[in-house]
Amino acid sequence: MPSNKSVSDAPITQFINCRILRDHQLQREDLWVRDGRILDPEKLFFDEQGYADKRVDCEGSIIAPGFIDVQINGGYGIDFSQASEDVVAGISFVAKKILEHGVTSFCPTLVTSPPAVYHKVLPQVKVHNGGAHGAGVLGFHLEGPFISLEKKGAHPEQFLRTFRSGGIEDVMEAYGSLDNVAMVTLAPELASSQSVVRELSKRGITVSLGHSVANLAQAEEAVKHGASFITHLFNAMLPFHHRDPGIVGLLTSDQVPAGRTVYYGMIADGIHTNPAALRIAHRAHPSGLVLVTDAITAMGLPPGRHTLGQQVIEIQGLNAYVAGCSVEEALEAASLHPAQLLGISHKKGNLDYGSDADLVLLDDGLNVSATYISGDEVWRRGP
Amino acid sequence: MTKQTSCDTFSSDRQRTVTANTMRLVILDEYDLASEWAAKYIRNRIIQFQPCAERYFTLGLPTGSTPYGCYQKLIEYYRSGDISFKYVKTFNMDEYVGLPRAHPESYHSYMWNNFFKHIDIDPANAHILDGNVEDLEAECQAYEQKIAEAGGIELFVGGIGPDGHIAFNEPGSSLVSRTRVKTLAKDTIVANARFFGNDLSKVPTMALTVGVGTVMDAKEVMILITGAHKAFALYKAIEEGVNHMWTVSAFQQHPRTIFVCDEDATLELRVKTVKYFKGLMHVHNKLVDPVLSIKDQ
Repeated sequence: MPSNKSVSDAPITQFINCRILRDHQLQREDLWVRDGRILDPEKLFFDEQGYADKRVDCEGSIIAPGFIDVQINGGYGIDFSQASEDVVAGISFVAKKILEHGVTSFCPTLVTSPPAVYHKVLPQVKVHNGGAHGAGVLGFHLEGPFISLEKKGAHPEQFLRTFRSGGIEDVMEAYGSLDNVAMVTLAPELASSQSVVRELSKRGITVSLGHSVANLAQAEEAVKHGASFITHLFNAMLPFHHRDPGIVGLLTSDQVPAGRTVYYGMIADGIHTNPAALRIAHRAHPSGLVLVTDAITAMGLPPGRHTLGQQVIEIQGLNAYVAGCSVEEALEAASLHPAQLLGISHKKGNLDYGSDADLVLLDDGLNVSATYISGDEVWRRGP
Repeated sequence: MTKQTSCDTFSSDRQRTVTANTMRLVILDEYDLASEWAAKYIRNRIIQFQPCAERYFTLGLPTGSTPYGCYQKLIEYYRSGDISFKYVKTFNMDEYVGLPRAHPESYHSYMWNNFFKHIDIDPANAHILDGNVEDLEAECQAYEQKIAEAGGIELFVGGIGPDGHIAFNEPGSSLVSRTRVKTLAKDTIVANARFFGNDLSKVPTMALTVGVGTVMDAKEVMILITGAHKAFALYKAIEEGVNHMWTVSAFQQHPRTIFVCDEDATLELRVKTVKYFKGLMHVHNKLVDPVLSIKDQ
């Protein structure tokens, strides 16, 4: 009998023959799951005199927390920024496909769009947990329209905006509702942006700096008001300059308030950023690195795997290589750090007791062999 | 006609193994070999006993650095399929008072991390004193009761402190003592400080422990002693008289005791004593060679 049922009737699964990411290291330990959460086996043993109902032999695999992608614009022919009638279907389609890449939670990202698009799309998708149907939605990432003209990148110029009415009113007018929004990227050099940063932070929305020509002082000001992320570091911002490092300087700024961390997103495909630049950023501030795909529909390429000419680059494997960081650090950049960024690390992004059992099983080459959400297998690589 | 189960054949086997009263001093060259000898002995004893649902093998267990190697070997034997703890009940010797059970230095943590989590023991059969209950004396009495209900301890494995104590029966303890609360001696607190960041103020000062009498009630006692720092205690335990200042000496009067040591632990013994027992190793080794396996059953 697995347990004396003093705490729960739910079945207990024990993952054996695995290496789990815990305390920043890969350790040879079993992983226990019950009720969709990671279970403390010692408490189970002594308090409940319980043991496992089911054992899953991982055959030496690595178990990491499920990956969290905070910047993904679509994929597989779907573009989240399209004002389609059935946004839910598109997001669900992508949510299901990204399970194959070990992504268990994500922030569907909308690039700069006219208000009509936001007003139509945002209300259709609620924050919800993942499962067999697909990765969980943590909330939208709204990249724009309050960004810099000079650094618009691929964003449509005609829909860029400034804070004309003084701040949050512009935000509400553009987006309609902030209910299911997890993150907003904006340019902090825009007039009245600091009050917006403050207001959004107060509402629990992560504020990210990007598509901007801000200098370091403006960036630091935004951080003091609550900004905590940098959208695709190096891209769409002023380059590092030794007399004014700009947004990049936040990685080593001494103006970041105590106890706070500035995270930075990196598209580690070796293309958006030269590997040497990625390494500089990582060495300067390893605990802030957040891996993102920034995958888009037009490329038609699935997140996590990019084809460029003859090369096939798998994002996890490549990151461990280009950053010169350890496997553990690479895995944390894709799970723990995004969870910390979004303020959800008490239940996601790690394998601590009580956290949601969103897992990814990987081989030594960091290829995904299986994905679990809340302890249930939601994808497994075919033979 | 009823099918004879392994349980039915036990009584004659038991008679053979426990009537010979013996004191054995088993000396191996170094720690790993001593650990292995002890683990093999435990393995053989359990398998020979042929435990089953109607009759469990009761094992008394220690903690600390000395038995660590022995636990590692037992886990290895479990993993290779040669032994099972399914029908084994365990009773640990002691536990700190007031230390949270999840604390990494609690004996619950030690047993979970170093033994229980690696084997197939039923959690309901792994008994450890609880040093965090309201009524410590009731806990001690209940423990004695549980041992009695389990039919007594078949084999009690223990270690020895530098001051010659068994479990937490510090110098001066009654040699007929039962499970109770003990205040730890200064020597013990100092010896334990290394597990608490060398901060004496963080080391627990009280513990629940089985008594000398409790261990003496076991059918057989096996004491593991390794390392030069235990040599003087071993000398006091077996070459001097039975004395409550060196409580392990009580086992000189137990009908069936084995002391398993490494060379270093014998450094304070008389050359004559060591030579005598080393000369008996060919006899002692018959207890572990051949080593039995459940695969052969």
